[in-house]
Amino acid sequence: MKIAVCVSQVPDTTTKVKIGADGKTIDPAGVTYIINPYDEFAVEAVLQLKEKHTGETVVVSVGKESNKEAIKKAFAMGIEKGILVKSDAEMDSYTVARNLADVLKEINPDMIIFGKQSIDYDDSQVGSLVAEMLGMPSITVVVGINLEGNKITCEREIEGGKEVVEASLPVAITAQRGLNNPRYPNLKGIMQAKSKPIEEKQPTYTENKTEILTMKLPHPKPKGKIVGTDVSAVPELVRLLREEAKVI
Amino acid sequence: MSKILAFVESRDNKLKNSGFETASTAVKIAGELGIEAEVLLIGSNVSSIASELNAYGVKKVLFAEDPKLEKYSTTAYSKILAETAKQINADIIILSATSMGKDMSPVVSAKLEAGLVSDCIEIKAGDGNITATRPVYAGKAFIDVKVNSAIKIFTLRPNVFKPVKSDGVTSETEKLNIALNDSDFSVQVKEVVISDEKLDVTEANVVVSGGRGLKGPENFHLVEELAKVLGGAAGASRAIVDAGWRPHSDQVGQTGKTVAPSLYIAVGISGAIQHLAGMSSSKCIVAINKDKDAPIFQVADYGIVGDAIEILPVLTEELKKVLSN
Ligand SMILES: Cc1cc2nc3c(=O)[nH]c(=O)nc-3n(C[C@H](O)[C@H](O)[C@H](O)COP(=O)(O)OP(=O)(O)OC[C@H]3O[C@@H](n4cnc5c(N)ncnc54)[C@H](O)[C@@H]3O)c2cc1C
Ligand SMILES: Nc1ncnc2c1ncn2[C@@H]1O[C@H](COP(=O)(O)O)[C@@H](O)[C@H]1O
Repeated sequence: MKIAVCVSQVPDTTTKVKIGADGKTIDPAGVTYIINPYDEFAVEAVLQLKEKHTGETVVVSVGKESNKEAIKKAFAMGIEKGILVKSDAEMDSYTVARNLADVLKEINPDMIIFGKQSIDYDDSQVGSLVAEMLGMPSITVVVGINLEGNKITCEREIEGGKEVVEASLPVAITAQRGLNNPRYPNLKGIMQAKSKPIEEKQPTYTENKTEILTMKLPHPKPKGKIVGTDVSAVPELVRLLREEAKVI
Repeated sequence: MSKILAFVESRDNKLKNSGFETASTAVKIAGELGIEAEVLLIGSNVSSIASELNAYGVKKVLFAEDPKLEKYSTTAYSKILAETAKQINADIIILSATSMGKDMSPVVSAKLEAGLVSDCIEIKAGDGNITATRPVYAGKAFIDVKVNSAIKIFTLRPNVFKPVKSDGVTSETEKLNIALNDSDFSVQVKEVVISDEKLDVTEANVVVSGGRGLKGPENFHLVEELAKVLGGAAGASRAIVDAGWRPHSDQVGQTGKTVAPSLYIAVGISGAIQHLAGMSSSKCIVAINKDKDAPIFQVADYGIVGDAIEILPVLTEELKKVLSN
């Protein structure tokens, strides 16, 4: 079985966002980049499937030279091969997906696993886009995978519960937190990741469907009211919620 | 721009609240652009509920009805939506950014080669233009986006676009004829497991979330009782999800759920940047925390600096009293 995983590189969750000089993207100065947290669940899922069912594994990323760090993280966890579609261009999800689909078509995997969402643009699009571009079905926000032969059963999270979904390979899956506990790379893995080659490819598609006009910071909130310091503040809080905020 | 198609979600032949938001927003935008809006329902017996959309000014409801469509299927539902858009020549498609809408919309985007803007919180339309505003970096910034492809798809963040009732029109209904074969059901929901009819944090109008300041899982019932009095849902910080007090599905924040209720009460939650990312667009925020310097107070409209374990039962009782009057 061939299993592919797609990873992106995103600002660390503690990043304080500053708007860049173009007014459309963030100022990268001082930002630490990490592998997209959901992609660690995706990588772990691939490794567990490989360990159970045997197969080849490959990681693909579209983006800058620095995306190699995310690929190396996947290597360190245990993924065997890596491909970077190298481009400095700002790409929207559709364009990223087109480039991924073109690379993955050649690999022809039985399964492709994505994160459910990149925590930069929070699009939740790329996994299902790639799947449809390759003509395979997709199952998103997955918290459980059970593969038997060609048949796959997944649990996906929905509002207030779960759906049990069935499909046949090939299939694309997007991983939600709760699917597994990503392993920590061991020293050997980290050392090996350093020297593993990463195949570089040129982008095949660069025309975006969407265009960012401006990026803005949220309006700062006016300072709130400290109603009190013990239970005696409760009646006043309730009054404010009813009469001032009018939310109850 | 020529026509809007809004997908209105239903489950078990009940329209979802988010469905009214999508329908009503479609009607509003269509008005601003001077074009027509049509609504699509998919399910096993949805024609029986189409009239519920009358009150929102929807003039035409299209429905795809088949026993096989009773449960959600990514492949079948997205094929129907894409085919319908083609049949009626819709060039704006609107869905809600619910788990169903988020699952279907990229598939439709790929089928129609249409640009997709996810999770919009505002849509501006007029003079033949349409632009959307959406949060990025978990709400730490916002972008205004336009779509350059001929067909444009938008998903709306639930609970943000309030449905507006307009003078009752009687919607025209039309059954669609879209051929479906077995391969269109290659992904199929077999079973839906609803966790004890619990209201989801993303759907609740009031969310009360607890954090590590509650000291232990044995005190979490205090949060649940307060949520219950307010008809809301109980959420959690990641710290207590990681500690196993609460399931991950209740986690609010950057790697949990994003909520925007009218009232968010944070109890014993410090207000880490990742938590704020999931709740800071709530309309009114109340914080109860014994540390006056906790960052949660920076986003709170009202705060009590004190011991949550003492305050919660008193607050719940007071609310019971006030709300029963
Ligand atoms: C990649 C990443 C993603 C993350 N995603 C999320 C996420 O999605 N959601 C999330 O919530 N966190 C997330 N976090 C974790 C986040 O950084 C914080 O660790 C977490 O939110 C802290 O939870 P807490 O506020 O319950 O606990 P603490 O930070 O320990 O805060 C407890 C608070 O309770 C107060 N307190 C103590 N006793 C009492 C009392 N008796 N009465 C009242 N108040 C009391 C304290 O003053 C303190 O402010 C993420 C972290 C990382 C690195
Ligand atoms: N530039 C990229 N390169 C490779 N994979 C990506 C890229 N962007 C997104 N993905 C994958 O698609 C998932 C969803 O991303 P998004 O649709 O951007 O929220 C991520 O978790 C990754 O698995």
